[in-house]
Amino acid sequence: MPKRQISLHRQMTDYFFTGLAASLSVVVVCTLIAIFAYLVLKGAGSLNWSFLTQTPKPVGEIGGGMANALVGSIMILGIATLFGVPAGIGAGIYLAEYGRNRLGQLVRFTSDVLNGVPSIVIGLVAYGLVVIPQRHFSAFAGGVALAIMMVPTVARTTEEMLLLVPHAVREAAFGLGIPQWRTTISITLATARAGIITGVMLAFARVAGETAPLMFTAFGNQFWSYSAREPIAALPLQIFTYAITPYDDWHRQAWAGALMLVILIVGTTTLVRFVFMRRMLGGAR
Amino acid sequence: MATAVEVRDLKAWFGKTEALHGINMSVEAKHATAVIGPSGCGKSTFIRCLNRMHETNPEAKAEGKVEVGGTDIYEMPAVDVRRKVGMVFQKPNPFPSMTIYDNVAAGLKLNGTRSRRTLDEVVEHSLQQAALWDEVKDVLKKKSGASLSGGQQQRLCIARALAVKPEVMLMDEPASALDPISTAKIEDLIFELKQKLTIVIVTHNMQQASRVAEFTGFFLMGNLIEFDKTEKIFTNPSDKRTEDYITGRFG
Repeated sequence: MPKRQISLHRQMTDYFFTGLAASLSVVVVCTLIAIFAYLVLKGAGSLNWSFLTQTPKPVGEIGGGMANALVGSIMILGIATLFGVPAGIGAGIYLAEYGRNRLGQLVRFTSDVLNGVPSIVIGLVAYGLVVIPQRHFSAFAGGVALAIMMVPTVARTTEEMLLLVPHAVREAAFGLGIPQWRTTISITLATARAGIITGVMLAFARVAGETAPLMFTAFGNQFWSYSAREPIAALPLQIFTYAITPYDDWHRQAWAGALMLVILIVGTTTLVRFVFMRRMLGGAR
Repeated sequence: MATAVEVRDLKAWFGKTEALHGINMSVEAKHATAVIGPSGCGKSTFIRCLNRMHETNPEAKAEGKVEVGGTDIYEMPAVDVRRKVGMVFQKPNPFPSMTIYDNVAAGLKLNGTRSRRTLDEVVEHSLQQAALWDEVKDVLKKKSGASLSGGQQQRLCIARALAVKPEVMLMDEPASALDPISTAKIEDLIFELKQKLTIVIVTHNMQQASRVAEFTGFFLMGNLIEFDKTEKIFTNPSDKRTEDYITGRFG
C-alpha cells in the first residue's frame, strides 16, 4: 500500500518535531526549576525571622537582616508602578486608538528604542533629571528610573492587546451612541484587561530585579527609611553589596535576599492575577 | 402614512471612490423596509449613512440630506443620531467582557443612566421585546454575553439596541450568520418590533425580504434602481434589472 509508506514517513517527521518541541520546553522549564531550587537550597536557611525584621549589622557582627531593603524595594516599585503604568497604558491607548499617523509611528519607534536602552543609562538619566536638581539620592529617584523602564513594555503590550479587540466590539459601542472615549475606557480596555494586566506584571517583574539604575538614584541605605526623599535600601542593591564582600555570613544573606526578591515578584504577580482574574466571567474567556 | 426617514440625494465615498450616487428614499414609519442587491452594490453603505456609522471609517465621507423624524441627522451630534437610530450588525457582537445584563444596559449606563430601577426595568423589557428574557432571566448577571449561542447572541444585540429606545432600527443582514431556526426567530421578532418602530433591513435573502418587509429597495452599483411595495418588486418590477436580479439571472 503506497499510502502507508507516505504516512510512515510523515509519522516519523511528526514524532521528530513533537519530540523536539517537547524536549526544548523541558529545557526551559528545567532552567527555571533549577534556578529556583538552587535559590531555595542556598537561601532558605538564612531566611528567618531576624532577616525579615532587622536591618544590616555592622561588618564583623553576625546576624541582622534585610527588612529595610524589603520595605525599600516595595516603596521604589510602588513609585515606579504609580508613574510608569498610567503613562504606559495611556501611551498604549493612544497608539492603538489614535496612533495611525506620523506621531504614532514616532512614539512606537521611540518606545521600542527605549526598551533597548541599557538599564544603567536609564539610571544615569534619572540621576540627571532627579538627583542632581534635588542634590540628594532618594527613593523617588529610584522609582522614576524604574518607571521609565516600565513605560515601553506597558505601552506596547497595551497597544497589542487593544488591537486584538475585534473592530466589531467598537462598532457595537458606537452604534449605541457611546462616545469614543467612553468606549475606550469602559469597553475596549475592559475587553483587553487580561492581556494588559499580564503586560504590567511582565514590566513589574523585569524592573523589580534591576540593580544598575538604582545605584546612583536610590543609592542604598543600611538603616531604616520610609521617606521617598531619602536614600533607601533595595533588595537588588543589598544583594549586590553583600555578594561582593568576602564574608560568609553576608553571602548567606545575599542568597536569602535573592530568594526573597523572587518570592516578592512571584507573590505580587500571583496576587494581582488572583484579584483581577477572579472578577472575570466564567464564560468570557 | 408617516415618513420616518427621508433621504435626499445621498452620496457616499470611500476615499475617492463614490459608493452611492445620490439616493432618494422615503422610509415609512412603523413598517419594515428591505434593501436588496448584489454584493458591493452599496446597501450596507446606505444604511450605515442613516445613523452616521459610515463616517467611523476614517476614509469615508457622505453628503446629502437624511432626515429622521423631521431632523437632519447631519446637523446634530453623531452620538445623538445613533441613539435615535439603532443598529444590529451582520455578526452578533456582544461585549465579551460584560454579563448579559450589562450588555443590555450598556447603552444607558455608559451614557449616564445611574438609577438601578430604571436599568432593571429597561433590561427586562428589552430582553422581553427581543424574545430572549425567558432563556436568560436566571443567569442575567452570572453569564457573559459571549457564552450564549449565536442566535441568542444576535437577539441579545437586538435587546441591547432596543434598550436605548431608538425610533429606527437598522439591521445589516442580521440573520446571515445564523441557522434557519434562529433566523425564523429573528424574523418573528421583526414582525413584533415594527408595531413600535421603523425597521430598515439589508438582506441577501429575497424570501426573507418578501416575508418581513412591506417595502423593498433594489440597489445596483451605488444606485437605487427601484423602490416600491415588496409585492410589486417581487411580482411585477418596473425595471428590467430588478427583474433580472430577483429571477436569479445575475447577482
